[in-house]
Amino acid sequence: MKRVPRSLHPLAWWLWAAGVATAASETSQPVLLLVLIAAAAYVVAARRAITPWNGSYGAFMRIAVVVVVVRVVLYVLFGDAGGNHVLIRLPRVPLPTGWGVRIGGPLTAEGLISATEDGLRLGTVLICVGAANAVASPARLLKALPGALYEVGVAVSVAVSFAPQAVVALGRARRARRLRGRSERGWRAVRGMAVPVLEDALERSIDLAAAMDARGFGRRGSVAPMHRRAATTLTVVGLLAICAGTYGLLAAGSPALLGVPLMLAGALIAVAGFAVGNRASGRSHYRPDAWRSAEWAVAATGVVVAAAYVVVAHRDPATLDAISQPLRTPDVPWQLALTSIVAALPAWLAPPVPRPDSRSRPVTVPARARAEVAL
Amino acid sequence: MITFEHVTVTYPEASAPVLTDVDLTITAGELCLVVGSTGSGKSTFLKCINGLVPHFTGGTLTGRVVVDGRDTRKHRPRELADVVGYVGQDPLSGFVSDTVEDELAYGMESLGVDSSTMRRRVEETLDLLGLADVRSRPLLTLSAGQQQRVAIGSVLTMHPSALVLDEPTSALDPPAAEEVLAALTRLVHDLGLTVVIAEHRLERVVQYADRIVHVPGAGAPLVVGDPPTVMATSPVAPPVVRLARSVGWSPLPLSVRDARSAATSLRERLRDRRPSPKPAAQLGELVGSAHRLVVSYDGVVALAGVDVDIRRGEVVAVMGRNGAGKSTLLNAMAGLQPPDAGMLDIGGVAPARLAAPDVVRRVALVPQNPSDLLWRETVSAECADADMDAGVARGSTRALLAELAPHVDDDTHPRDLSEGQRLALALAVLLVRRPPLLLLDEPTRGLDYAAKERLATIVQRLAADGHAVVFATHDVELVAEVATRVLVLADGELVSDGPTATVVTASPAFAPQVAKILAPQPWLTVGQVERALAG
Repeated sequence: MKRVPRSLHPLAWWLWAAGVATAASETSQPVLLLVLIAAAAYVVAARRAITPWNGSYGAFMRIAVVVVVVRVVLYVLFGDAGGNHVLIRLPRVPLPTGWGVRIGGPLTAEGLISATEDGLRLGTVLICVGAANAVASPARLLKALPGALYEVGVAVSVAVSFAPQAVVALGRARRARRLRGRSERGWRAVRGMAVPVLEDALERSIDLAAAMDARGFGRRGSVAPMHRRAATTLTVVGLLAICAGTYGLLAAGSPALLGVPLMLAGALIAVAGFAVGNRASGRSHYRPDAWRSAEWAVAATGVVVAAAYVVVAHRDPATLDAISQPLRTPDVPWQLALTSIVAALPAWLAPPVPRPDSRSRPVTVPARARAEVAL
Repeated sequence: MITFEHVTVTYPEASAPVLTDVDLTITAGELCLVVGSTGSGKSTFLKCINGLVPHFTGGTLTGRVVVDGRDTRKHRPRELADVVGYVGQDPLSGFVSDTVEDELAYGMESLGVDSSTMRRRVEETLDLLGLADVRSRPLLTLSAGQQQRVAIGSVLTMHPSALVLDEPTSALDPPAAEEVLAALTRLVHDLGLTVVIAEHRLERVVQYADRIVHVPGAGAPLVVGDPPTVMATSPVAPPVVRLARSVGWSPLPLSVRDARSAATSLRERLRDRRPSPKPAAQLGELVGSAHRLVVSYDGVVALAGVDVDIRRGEVVAVMGRNGAGKSTLLNAMAGLQPPDAGMLDIGGVAPARLAAPDVVRRVALVPQNPSDLLWRETVSAECADADMDAGVARGSTRALLAELAPHVDDDTHPRDLSEGQRLALALAVLLVRRPPLLLLDEPTRGLDYAAKERLATIVQRLAADGHAVVFATHDVELVAEVATRVLVLADGELVSDGPTATVVTASPAFAPQVAKILAPQPWLTVGQVERALAG
């Protein structure tokens, strides 16, 4: 059977990414983390969406590397991780013991590995976010938000678009300073550039607001304000309950009631809110993304991987432990590593990505726009 | 359809109203052209129609504006969205979503149109505006003409009965502008849409208009009438009208076609004359040269082996469609973009290697948006900054500015200057270091005819003083007026390089109106014809 290209529902992708990120946050076993990273990378390579943001995956990768490096550097400066395998003794800055901090001192193999593992764990979570960005644009996720959350979604998408615009404006400001023969360094330069960049951002947002208003943003149907307020209250309360429930589920040592039951109750309240809100918003959706079997399958892979790690973390936490305390050669939990490969399945489960206008040339951002960012 | 009843608009902190006692009715199915110099209140007039004035911009509006039976005092812009489609000056800054289809659907989603109707209207609009090929492309990757058409389409899908457009073609090259105008005339003729359009480039639109509203500015009463009547006396007029007025044709022709049939006798009179040659440019030493210059951004080749020499005293126009590499050539010459291959020599050195203060003594670049170069709060502070940077006597920049643009107030914020004055200030700030090479990127964007004429005078004087001027532009009339030489770029390659008269008359896309009217004779500007007839 030939598979018809279509874009997968963004929520399915974000559920998958959230699942992988949850799994990563449960472990500091470097082999498991690397398997998860590899699975995410494989999916991105196979199903990268064609949007202006698909390049952000690389950016998240780089940030992840920076996180690992920063974590290690922090350890070298302030670390006191214990351990017996001392690699080198740095000169120690004398500080009163009551401060709880030390600078310098012995560096141990345990400490270094532990710092790397910590950084790698956070880095993996970041890479999952980057992967979600690459396969499903955040703008499409916002579009799939229920009507009751529409305003919040718009606020977020405008805020998100601020960053790339500010980068372009900053590039223009730097270029302008060069054209006037100013060298581009120093605090005065920063101050001189901040004004035009902020002015530009302000002007753009005013333009955008005018354009949105002129195109009917914020029109109210003939819905009673009471009705609308009820929808908003239900939705917000429900979402807060889900957040609390998630915390209860992931944080160790919290009462059982705070976990799954609270999450479910929150989900119910939120769905009720969405239902009321959708009728109240008076908006309609253009080509809403469909939720079919492929969406269930992709979302399920995320849930399976997350569930596997959470269950193991509760039953047999030692499996997921770091290899640094005490120092040992990595003892690979094969079953869990194999389960992690489930995270790579969306590379097949998701339908192929549709190519925009295959008849004409491939998508390239115009040279000038790139140049402005580059400068 | 659209009725203004004794409308007066005053902005806060303004001493006088922008529009005074406007009384006007625009009937359904009309294409109404709004003309006037920059800052005269054209945009204010347009924004009144969908209620952005005063709901969004502030200020007070007395009298009333009624659109399709709805009073803008009681209806906010969002409640007029289904009646008036408004497209602002910069389409990119008004885009809400990121792909073509989503952008077209956005307005309908706000109106709550049901999904099957939405789908059908999007398809119709894609076809109507010729956008079907790019339907799923991100908006950032479209050409400027396509972006403008998407912006128009995004309001058309709401099925408004009136369309309001603020300078829809000012940023476009001639072919892209024609694409947009062809789409608009189709909307007027096929769908009976009422269109109100403000535009500086009259030569592009005046022949399509049913009626012209001239906004003289400073709150003076509007002049409204059919195009030949208004154009007969209007201070802003395209070359075809200026030629007709100076020769005394009646009725006044508005299109090249009408003018050609009126010009038979004029061609006869001019047969034995030749345009007086421009005072032979005193070509001086070489100030800039490129040899097989290649520049690319992330694998996209913007310049693919360009050879060019620029000498003192030359005025060189760089033309070509959007994205042909015009800006890249200027940026590379100003040292903003290091070349990938080939040689670039500005006053004996490669500009990208120099530190900023050394570059600006050899070459000055005014970017597309001159206000980028200005960052102080007042004109005098800006001039003082430039004096300090250049290490010249206090007041040098201010004196230069007075030469370029008289009557600029010292305490004005650069943002409050008119487009022409702002360009003059940016020029003064750069020229105070006397760089031999001056580069201008699209200097006529947003300039009205008067400001353009002043720019032409400035450029000619700079060339006479021994500067070399290179400017990128889409404006064939300015090229005909000032350029001694024209370079045409296409896809990063130099496709022609020669004297203005030869290059611009070689293809209709680049020919100025006078050349089209008097072809095959080699006349380019109204001034040339007037001098020949007088002499």
